[in-house]
Amino acid sequence: MFAAFLQYLFSGLTSGAIYALAGLGFAIIYNSSQVINFAQGEFIMIGGMSSATLVASGVPMPLAISLAMLISMAAGIALEKFAIEPARNSDVVTIIIITIGASIFMRGAAQLIWDKEFHSLPAFSGESPIAVMGATLMPQSLWVFAVSGVVIVALWWFFNRTMFGKAMLGTSHNRLAAQLVGVGVKKVLLASFALSALLGAVGGIVVTPITFTNYEAGIMLGLKGFSAAVLGGLGNGGGAIVGGLIVGIAEALASGYLSSAYKDAIAFVIILFVLFFMPNGLFGKRGTDRV
Amino acid sequence: MRNLVKLGVVTVVAAGVCAVAGVASAAEPIKIGAFLSATGPASFLGEPEKKTLEMYVAKLNKDGGVLGRKVELVVYDDGGAGDKASTFAKRLIESDKVDLIIGGSTTGTTMAAIPLIERAQIPFISLAGAVVIVEPVKKWVFKTPHTDRMAAEKVFSDMKKKGISKIALISEDAGFGKSGHDQSVAVVKNYGIEIVADEVYSPKDPDVTAQLTKIKNAPGVQAVFNFGFGQGPAIVTKNYKQLSMPMPLYQSHGVASKDYIRLAGEASEGVRLPAAGLVVPDQLAATDPQKPVVTAFKKEYEAAFKSDVSTFAGHAYDGLQIALVAIARAGSVDKAKVRDEIEKTSGYVGTGGLVSMSPTDHMGLSPAAFHMVEIRKGDWVLSD
Repeated sequence: MFAAFLQYLFSGLTSGAIYALAGLGFAIIYNSSQVINFAQGEFIMIGGMSSATLVASGVPMPLAISLAMLISMAAGIALEKFAIEPARNSDVVTIIIITIGASIFMRGAAQLIWDKEFHSLPAFSGESPIAVMGATLMPQSLWVFAVSGVVIVALWWFFNRTMFGKAMLGTSHNRLAAQLVGVGVKKVLLASFALSALLGAVGGIVVTPITFTNYEAGIMLGLKGFSAAVLGGLGNGGGAIVGGLIVGIAEALASGYLSSAYKDAIAFVIILFVLFFMPNGLFGKRGTDRV
Repeated sequence: MRNLVKLGVVTVVAAGVCAVAGVASAAEPIKIGAFLSATGPASFLGEPEKKTLEMYVAKLNKDGGVLGRKVELVVYDDGGAGDKASTFAKRLIESDKVDLIIGGSTTGTTMAAIPLIERAQIPFISLAGAVVIVEPVKKWVFKTPHTDRMAAEKVFSDMKKKGISKIALISEDAGFGKSGHDQSVAVVKNYGIEIVADEVYSPKDPDVTAQLTKIKNAPGVQAVFNFGFGQGPAIVTKNYKQLSMPMPLYQSHGVASKDYIRLAGEASEGVRLPAAGLVVPDQLAATDPQKPVVTAFKKEYEAAFKSDVSTFAGHAYDGLQIALVAIARAGSVDKAKVRDEIEKTSGYVGTGGLVSMSPTDHMGLSPAAFHMVEIRKGDWVLSD
């Protein structure tokens, strides 16, 4: 009985950590620009696809991973330069719609640059499951947990301990004031897209050995990541992690103890329920407007 | 291939007769229309289908065409969307004025176009799987691929042979997996097999160990049957190994491509599934009538496109051949005559199996069209 529960929990943690990593990217861009970047899932896909195809063509894994991160960052910077920046004086809603368009464009481009097949990466530390009290866990899931942990610590350090990180936070709070004290607002926006693309790529690379990837992989990861970010409170990195884990574990427990046919519905009911009582998510700042 | 040669001969003779009689009508090409899902989520079906049609039509024209006339192929890409499929079917009928339509890569796009096609009374050969396309029989609608029900029946009869009576079903809760699940539930009783656990997963779930754990703990499960395609079955297979589940794992014909083995890796060892002869051409018995057909098709396809042949490409090949043979026999492109000739298709040896249609059977494949294969050391091994 306990072994089964533990297995459900591991299953949920594995999916949850994947959703959480995807959710983190949404949080960062929202933090610095109030924009929800619907192309976030595509950064994940680009990271996964480029690392998988590079490894398949014989490039050593560490080099392939670094290149994949650079490629995704380049895509993030290009998105900001060519699509977001020209529209920077428009409404947030307009920019959000631009990101939706960009995501469709990136999916199409991926279809042409790569192909429509699924690709996989070898697991980082082998495929032998680790047995824990009758349940099993793949080593790759531990990689996903560890990377999520490292990323969240690194982000905390970046936003709270570096000048540039603080400048980014400042810009999100008050753009005009930030500009007045000498923050290069344009540079901040560019950096936030580069950073979230990098984050997406990292996520894409560590989850590809588990979920595989293809040109459309970003849709599901983007959607679940968005749910995670909203549940945790948009703009809060830690919240995205907690939100992702809650969604993942709820799905796994629901399919274990209730019925797998309703697992998605149950996850969404939980999200709706939380948002009904806490409209800003679990850890979101309350939206008070000072007059 | 042999059919094509035969066709060429018929054509040359027919052309000669026409020339002698002085009624040369060689100018007008025969128009075959197709709407396929060459992009979008079903592109793994539509893309090889499109390539196959284009390749064989070009080849046919080089050899002189049919009835002394060239064949013109008009292909539209519906992106897997039903509304676009019906728009393109309309365009094929009304503005391109085609003589015959091949297509509908998916059951959804096929069903969306059927009402228009029935109204326009034009022969139509679908490349999609589900039984609903030809059951009940529709006058102008035919199809080439195996149905999901046949796949389920093949798997259950293999289980029965091995003395398995209690199984668990795990299927994708959308499209192909859902339809396969419903067909499996409908026919399983005929084999004296009981489904004791019935689990589903979403097409893009990253992990299904929760569902598999539930199956593992269900009492008396002797085998597990997974219905789905894309990455889902590969994830099921990997998770299956992770939980070291002891009973045999069966997959559907949806995974009969090398991609599945590549993705699932070592975990796919020992998995059994029903597949068309096209997957294992070298292992078919020398007496198997399908052997020369599938060997030639595989060779030509792989030489032309440098990628592994899939059964989906084979469906398009079969559809085109059946259409061309019927047109040649009808001696014209008169729609009613061509339709009647398609219905009279008998003993056609295709990539999917032997096809003999009748007024009550517009698919014409026998259950023998499927072979049971097992995955050993990363390759298919025939294991009927």
